[in-house]
Amino acid sequence: MTQAHATTHDAHGHDDHGHAHDPNQAHHFESMEQQVASGKLGMWVFLATEILMFGGLFCAYAVWRARHFEAFEIGHKQLNTLMGFINTLVLIASSFTMAWAVRTAQLNKNKATAVLLALTFLGGCGFMTIKYFEYKAKWDHGIFVGEPWGHWNTFREEAKTELEAEKTATQLAPPTTGTPGLVNALPTPGKTPEGFIGADAAAADAHGHEAEAHAPPAAHGEGHEPAAEGESAHAAAGEHHIDPDDALKARTFFSIYFCMTGLHGLHVLVGMGLIAWIFFRALKGEFTETYNAPVDLVGLYWHLVDLIWIFLFPLLYLIS
Amino acid sequence: MYMICVLSAFLLGGIFALLVRTEHLTGGETIMSAETYNRVFTLHGAVMVFLFIIPGIPAALGNFVMPIMLGTLDVVFPRLNLMSWYLWMTGGVFFVASLAFGGIDTGWTFYTPYSTTYSPYGPAIICALSGAFILGFSSILTGVNFLATMHMLRAKGMSWFQMPLFCWSLYATAIMQILATPVLAITLLLLIAERTLSIGIFDPSLGGDPVLFQHFFWFYSHPAVYIMILPAMGVVSDVIAVYSHKHIFGYKFIAFSSVAIALLGFLVWGHHLFVSGQSALLGTIFSLITFSIAIPTAIKVFNWLATMYKGSIDLKCAMLYAMSFIWVFSIGGLTGLHCAAIATDVHLHDTYFVVAHFHYVMVGGTVFGFLAGLHHWWPKIFGKMYDEFWGLVAWALVFIGFNLTFFPQFFMGAQGMPRRYWHYEPQFQAYHVASTIGAYMQGLGFVLLAGVLLYSLFAGKKAPRNPWGGTTLEWQTTSPPPLENFPHDEPPIVGDPYDFHAIEYKEELEGYVLVAAPAAHDAERSIVEEIVEGAEADSYGSRGN
Repeated sequence: MTQAHATTHDAHGHDDHGHAHDPNQAHHFESMEQQVASGKLGMWVFLATEILMFGGLFCAYAVWRARHFEAFEIGHKQLNTLMGFINTLVLIASSFTMAWAVRTAQLNKNKATAVLLALTFLGGCGFMTIKYFEYKAKWDHGIFVGEPWGHWNTFREEAKTELEAEKTATQLAPPTTGTPGLVNALPTPGKTPEGFIGADAAAADAHGHEAEAHAPPAAHGEGHEPAAEGESAHAAAGEHHIDPDDALKARTFFSIYFCMTGLHGLHVLVGMGLIAWIFFRALKGEFTETYNAPVDLVGLYWHLVDLIWIFLFPLLYLIS
Repeated sequence: MYMICVLSAFLLGGIFALLVRTEHLTGGETIMSAETYNRVFTLHGAVMVFLFIIPGIPAALGNFVMPIMLGTLDVVFPRLNLMSWYLWMTGGVFFVASLAFGGIDTGWTFYTPYSTTYSPYGPAIICALSGAFILGFSSILTGVNFLATMHMLRAKGMSWFQMPLFCWSLYATAIMQILATPVLAITLLLLIAERTLSIGIFDPSLGGDPVLFQHFFWFYSHPAVYIMILPAMGVVSDVIAVYSHKHIFGYKFIAFSSVAIALLGFLVWGHHLFVSGQSALLGTIFSLITFSIAIPTAIKVFNWLATMYKGSIDLKCAMLYAMSFIWVFSIGGLTGLHCAAIATDVHLHDTYFVVAHFHYVMVGGTVFGFLAGLHHWWPKIFGKMYDEFWGLVAWALVFIGFNLTFFPQFFMGAQGMPRRYWHYEPQFQAYHVASTIGAYMQGLGFVLLAGVLLYSLFAGKKAPRNPWGGTTLEWQTTSPPPLENFPHDEPPIVGDPYDFHAIEYKEELEGYVLVAAPAAHDAERSIVEEIVEGAEADSYGSRGN
């Protein structure tokens, strides 16, 4: 998508009209203003196409939610709202650094621009990292998109076992969330699944699982603790247990969840690629007061990616 | 580059068409089995729609002519333009690759659940869907480019209403490409996801809905048919004016009607779903809005006729195609009304009536428009004149062949012959045989046409700047134009794009030259003025013959 930007940087500054052109002005434009305005128009039009494309998915979401609200209710509880919220903050912060980078580019401060672009890039990395952990957690619980990889049977089995576990637990002792030791001592048929009810009960067991399940977090990123993913998943999941028969309904929700967040994630990756590209250009000092359109246009794209997430987050995570 | 590619796709689609028609010579097996037949008609549709008709005029003609018409050097994003072409090539490769996997048999509309669950040609379907997805982006980027170019790069002094009508139609097309094609993109992605991952969006057992696919698909594909036809109408507007040597009638009406068709086109997709089980209320609303699209379309047709009225008609090849366009497109458009009325549509849906209707508007419309433009701008693009006589013969074969192919299909369809059926009852055979003969005649006509044009590249006379007497800016530059579109010391002179008083025929050049600066604006004229001026026919740009 690098060609999505209008501006060229022809090296020739020669003139054929007796006056000098900005070396970055392309041959078919009469002035830099025209070039910049054209680039902006082109980018906004392209953003409109992106909105239409995601619009199709939002439409599918609307139709499905209207028809199968219980699927959304059941499914979204499996999501980690805290992680989603952190991701939202991360993207908003990266939009801020991006806008700042545009400003410094306009002020001819290429070094500052490079630094800010690097921060934006790191924000994107953080977002993708958290996303990775979210997806991995889903995978480990047997939740994924569609059938072949979904091993939804695992999900269903886990739901069954923990339902039985709960039954047994309620028979022997009132369910408490604050006394891990007591419940932990109870015999549980089969493996105790993670992420479901008896959060604290499972926590002690689950710790061992998590250590293998989650890779150590990336060095950069937003500094979340290794176990935080599992722990807060439990905390957020709380006492939400799934009736095994509802597992299929959850699948409906997760189809749309993975399609929307997956497509969005792809766009984040593309955006990160673009940011890296102009980062290197900023390092080379290519941007000036008159020629900073690439930063501006990539900024527009990044803001759109952020905006789409701001819509996705409440629609997927904050259903109640 | 686009022209060669797009015409090659037309050839491929045309071969599939001839295979379909040949198979239909008899009710049973003629040259292929039913399974093969399903794949052949699907590929005919898919190749024609995605590789030829949608990119066709904007890519092959618009790319070349539009910047010159605007008096500028290039489109706004030249490298993006090249990217569009690379995407077309890539999409095309994917499509052709699907042939290697056995081809697709779902119909070009990929309806669920057949395409997601029951069709055995999984890999081919994924391949073709990916190809269509990529082609969609080729279309989107072309739309972005054209829209930005018309906003930003008009020559100095050229207002919006001094743009030729071909540009207006490309502008309306660009709006649709930009807004509608992304919805196709996501629909195809969802279809691929449904096929490979069983996400369940179109599968009732998982809470999905197969009719939802139809809504998504037609939300794009209806504007798509206007993407196909509007550029052809733009060509016709310009061609009619030039070969009538008369100012286009109702310039602003035609310009605005293009935009109106583009906008209304987004509101009528449900007329493809009348029998899908959607509610009657919804059907009624879609039917009503569909009828309303006839209004801007009719405005154009009447304006073209009014342009020709009392004009000095030159029956050159391009004009013949443009005039046949009016005739044939009107038939296609009027039969669209049969389909737009729900009651009749219940009877006609998925019959040959619909097939005839859309071939009349797509072939009779877009292809004829494309050929009109090809003949009109051929000397400008290649600098060579082609043989008029053989061009006329080719036109006659194409026109007669076309009508022979598709007119019987209206009757067949109304009598119940279903579409996409390999087998048919004996009562329809006569119609099918007539249709097939027509198809071969058309094919012959197209081959002859190709021969005439290609021959001109080697042995044609050198073309003057303005052989036909056009008044838009492309006729002020050389044939073919220099790299920067206009000779360095001869910037284009901007004015009313249809001022035929400003040009005169010069025998020694066998072409026209600009003898006066064109008027700045088309003064608002009353019909009386038009008639009075028509009576003074001699005063129009005097011609050699």
